[in-house]
Amino acid sequence: MQIFHNPNYNFVKYRWHALVVSWVLILAGLVMIWTTGIPLGVEFSGGTQVVLQFDQQRPSIDQVRTALDKHFPGGGQNVVVQTYGTEVQREILVRVPHTGKESGTELTRTADEIQAAVRAGGLGAFKVAGTEVVGPVVGQELASKGTWAFLLSLFFILLYLWFRFELSFAVGATVATLHDILITMALLMFFRYEMSLNIIAALLTMTGYSTNDTIVIFDRVRENLRGMRRDNIKDIVNVAVNQTLNRTIITGGTALLSVIALYFFGGEVLRGFAFTMIVGIITGTYSSVFIAAAIVTFWRHGKGGARIVAASAAMPAAQRPTTTARQRKGSRNGARAS
Amino acid sequence: MNNLRWRILLIVVIIGACLWAIIPPDKKIRLGLDLKGGVHLVLRVQTDEALRLETETSAERVREDIEKAGITGATFKTLGPTSFQVTGVPPAQDALLRQASAGIQASYNREGGTGGTYTFVMKPNIANDLAAAAVTQAQQTIERRVNELGVAEPMIAKQGAAGDQLLVQLPGVTDIERAKSVIQSTALLELKLVEQGPAGSRENLLQATNGQEPPNTEVLPGVEGRVAAGERPATVYYLVRKVPIITGRDLRSAKEGPDSFNQPAIHFSLKPDGATKFARATSENINRRLGIVLDRTVVSAPNIESRIADEGQITGSFTMQEAEDLALKLRSGALPAPLTYLQQQTIGPTLGADSIRAGVIASLASLTLVALFMLFYYKLSGVNSVVALVFNLIILLGAMAYIGATMTLPGIAGFVLTMGVGVDSNVLIFERIKEELAAQRGVRASINTGFSRVFLTLVDTHLSALISAAFLFQFGTGPIRGFATTLFFGLVSNLFTATFVSKTMFEVVLAERHSDTLSI
Repeated sequence: MQIFHNPNYNFVKYRWHALVVSWVLILAGLVMIWTTGIPLGVEFSGGTQVVLQFDQQRPSIDQVRTALDKHFPGGGQNVVVQTYGTEVQREILVRVPHTGKESGTELTRTADEIQAAVRAGGLGAFKVAGTEVVGPVVGQELASKGTWAFLLSLFFILLYLWFRFELSFAVGATVATLHDILITMALLMFFRYEMSLNIIAALLTMTGYSTNDTIVIFDRVRENLRGMRRDNIKDIVNVAVNQTLNRTIITGGTALLSVIALYFFGGEVLRGFAFTMIVGIITGTYSSVFIAAAIVTFWRHGKGGARIVAASAAMPAAQRPTTTARQRKGSRNGARAS
Repeated sequence: MNNLRWRILLIVVIIGACLWAIIPPDKKIRLGLDLKGGVHLVLRVQTDEALRLETETSAERVREDIEKAGITGATFKTLGPTSFQVTGVPPAQDALLRQASAGIQASYNREGGTGGTYTFVMKPNIANDLAAAAVTQAQQTIERRVNELGVAEPMIAKQGAAGDQLLVQLPGVTDIERAKSVIQSTALLELKLVEQGPAGSRENLLQATNGQEPPNTEVLPGVEGRVAAGERPATVYYLVRKVPIITGRDLRSAKEGPDSFNQPAIHFSLKPDGATKFARATSENINRRLGIVLDRTVVSAPNIESRIADEGQITGSFTMQEAEDLALKLRSGALPAPLTYLQQQTIGPTLGADSIRAGVIASLASLTLVALFMLFYYKLSGVNSVVALVFNLIILLGAMAYIGATMTLPGIAGFVLTMGVGVDSNVLIFERIKEELAAQRGVRASINTGFSRVFLTLVDTHLSALISAAFLFQFGTGPIRGFATTLFFGLVSNLFTATFVSKTMFEVVLAERHSDTLSI
């Protein structure tokens, strides 16, 4: 069984279109970040968050908001009220963005005040399913450490790929990964997801996935560089992308399948995570084909395919003679010996 | 064939060992707080306060020594956490002061001297050591308290760039308030001589001194007398000596029990050093009041009726439970410095249970979907990938169980990525085998080429992912570390299952029958 029989799409031809689409998305995301800021979850912004589980019936968000307006010190202007989880769980999330001083009593006081205000509103009995109070210092530290860990790991992957492939590939893979992060951030912005630790975990996961996807195609390009040494780099990349197309679609598809399951069955806590992964997998697959591969073609444009060959001249050059021959003639169905 | 038998044996042993490590899973797999529920606290040890206490004690020591040496009229002032100033030493007595302060010379730099003013500044390396020791001591103290509370698998770890933060996680804690109060209270026990009091207000107390605290003393609030249960005792004020006779550090043990009026009280005994100090102070101050100060509040101020050497009693208005918790706090040692709370999170068991149920359902659903697809698309060869996938999961869980790692939500994220990479490895190999078969190569040759060609690709993808896992582990904090740990073991086990296990399965099939077709 085969999804594509001998595909020979000219992916490289569309690299400019892809670049425009990506840039439009990324710029839109950056503009949103610039104008509205990244909505930060309580772990990063600092603040108090309480999840209340009602015994009988979940009150409406408006009811909770009214109760807070009336009874919460300072009113409910900056307070976020959301339903949490499914209808059956009857949970409401209340969050106050800023904590005062980072001290023991201040820290718990806001959480107590929220509970007292909702209780005073007479909306029915409830339990506290969870509270989270984060002082601003911890949030900042978490954010800066995470960013550094991510940037450092990206840099060392770049070094590794440079060592294993060559600089153009390493830069291509790294730029593609950054591209995926930016696109995913943009979509998270459009749907107003908050930066939380789970979303960070998802971003890390999709980064790993995206790099993995790119390396597989690059490996094929490298292999083809040996067999197709007289070909144009564009053709070499195109052949590699087409040869791995079945695998790309299947892998992307199965991964997508699992995170879609996570999105629908994973519950409230995992929803942001799953959404990020869905976007990440789509853009990760797209960027390995259109961004990473395109960068390699830009970089090596005009150099032909001759650079790696010197190092690997001893390799059996005629691994796939038909591929090389037919590709050069531009035959529509010649990407693979079949 | 012999070779094949060994490979199968190896696989069986590994899988068996991992299964043994994870069955039954609800006992063997440690769940993180986000899944199990519990208390998560990040607190900061106020090391400055520990330094200030040390500085004040040193200043007191110098004061005692110069008074013995016959210098009078010198005043002492604490300038900051690590420095104090002595003023009013006549120039003629310069040498005497130098002699008197010789005892603290090792830890302090002495500056000035002109005009009878000296500044003592703690040496930076000593201050750093003291601060670090305070954090370690706080960590150990909290550990002991938590252990006595009977929390299963608590975690108390240092974190933060400055090294003064402690992360405390108490999984599965049901009585959150009690646990919090045991940790939160600094249980700083000090026994201080009462100079004045009790008085109903601070003003009354300081009438004689024009509303100023006399040098080396301070005003502390306290409670007076016994009250019936449920009634709040009135707040009174005491003027006490700033420097305590003994502190919680001098305690040898503390135990709750009824006092002579059958009221809850705490009986304590002192270490030899403290006992000597205490005996001297009590014998010199008979008929004066001794303030028992807990966390800067005078809980009782009994009269000193005779010389007390090594045993005493703390009475106050506690309930039996409070007395028990207090004794526990004193037993486990006083915190060297007060704590402030930076982050506090409680996850109710329901929220945790909900997310783990949802996570498990989602993982099983996605595993099933992926497995069905692989069987549908690759037919019999799909069995290989399903087995590889399941083995991968078992080995990963087994490894986590062996190193005692905890499963968290970001950990589940690591699982998802591992599964994704695992399926990808299978697909890569199968697609390559298909290509080779399409190029009219034999079944055995196609399989061999498929595995050997893809192996290097897998090394590249896995190694670059391992690099990032290593960095995330090194520089990441808690949840990111959890992600990195699962990712690391997932990648290693994946390389094993996708190549070694899957290849072995193909070879078993090839050994059984000599067919020139392959179901793929």
